[in-house]
Amino acid sequence: MKHLISMRDLNADKILQLLALAESLEKDPGQLDLSRRVMAAVFYEASTRTRMSFESAMKRLGGEVIAMVGTSGTSVEKGETLADTTKVIARYADIIVIRHPMEGAARYVSEQVDIPVINAGDGANQHPTQSLLDLYTIKKAQGTLEGLKLALVGDLKYGRTVHSLAYALAPFNPEFYFISPKSLGMPNHILNDLTRMGVKFIEKTKINKIVDNIDILYVTRIQRERFPDREEYEKVKNAYIITADLLKNAKDNLKVMHPLPRVNEITTDVDSTKYAYYFDQAENGVYMRQAILATLLGEVK
Amino acid sequence: MKVMKVDAIRNGTVIDHIPAGRGQRVLGILKPRGSDVVMMGMNFSSKAMQKKDIIKIEGRELNQHEVNSIALIAPAAKVSIIRDFNVIRKFQVEVPEVIEGLVACPNPKCITNAEPMVTRFRLLDAAGPQLSCQYCERVYTADEMDHI
Ligand SMILES: [Zn+2]
Repeated sequence: MKHLISMRDLNADKILQLLALAESLEKDPGQLDLSRRVMAAVFYEASTRTRMSFESAMKRLGGEVIAMVGTSGTSVEKGETLADTTKVIARYADIIVIRHPMEGAARYVSEQVDIPVINAGDGANQHPTQSLLDLYTIKKAQGTLEGLKLALVGDLKYGRTVHSLAYALAPFNPEFYFISPKSLGMPNHILNDLTRMGVKFIEKTKINKIVDNIDILYVTRIQRERFPDREEYEKVKNAYIITADLLKNAKDNLKVMHPLPRVNEITTDVDSTKYAYYFDQAENGVYMRQAILATLLGEVK
Repeated sequence: MKVMKVDAIRNGTVIDHIPAGRGQRVLGILKPRGSDVVMMGMNFSSKAMQKKDIIKIEGRELNQHEVNSIALIAPAAKVSIIRDFNVIRKFQVEVPEVIEGLVACPNPKCITNAEPMVTRFRLLDAAGPQLSCQYCERVYTADEMDHI
């Protein structure tokens, strides 16, 4: 593995290998030493959470971090190409982590530079480290990735996170409940792909009945702007608010996940239940990113 | 019966069975150079496709890779390479596995539309044909794309 650009480039073996390394780094953080290695965080748009997670990962491995955040005041504003900007940064660093609003930007950069590139989000296309940390979180919570029942809730139409999660889990015999307003359902091309891969799924508009039957409840935010019509939004906005009460008959092992930030889709009374797992999920991101950085920097065989 | 004669060429390439109306676009792909002698026939009758366009280029032998690009807009086109008035090779176009620098990605958020770079698509499904952008990973049919 030279770069991490798209979940499509990873097979189940590679995924499990990264998960195992993340687990081992969580248990024994001192096993690798990346001192004198430099990570460049190249963020054409701000994403404080993702950037800090990467920086934390690199620093915990003993490495150093340099960053470009936003383009104001940089050569990009003067019209420098993405290729030129990143070719120069590649002379300063050993690995590039890039976030860019245009889709395919990370792939393009990986063709331009001769150091490893990690895609930290390219428009609506891919965010593979998020998918991997989600998988790591699910495995850690359930002990396995095999044969789980998962409900993905909220905006399934535009949610990049839930799209790649569905693909990432596909090889592990999942049963999905896709719960969303009709207008924000999982796109057809993804449903077709899943059908082709033999993945079981059921689409629903209500959440109540299935909550007691699942292992993972993955919640995403529904943005008001996504609705062409305000009334439609008013109708569904409360249908997907996860409360402690909604979870009262949940299975013991249920975990509630959310890529964060949340607004009101999970009420704070859930935070103190054993089901809340979104803050652990954020922490797991650091272990996962350590595993990815160390692998791409050739510190792991 | 109305017979129309198009000059035979001594050396060069003939592209036949182009769907009527698409000859102009095929020509756009071939990018004839200033001195090339090109003949284009439009709306010829054809048993197989009712109406078709034909292009003849004198003095240039297009290779299979060059003409395969044409398959995106003329999937049934047949190519003949002519030497000394004889057809020395005849082949059907085929959409190549990788299509580089030929069509633009219709996704306005695709990096290929923002940077000075070459587009690259992979053939997913010869029917359609369906192509996937190497960069934004979206899938399009050839009809949805504009040639560069
Ligand atoms: Zn594209």
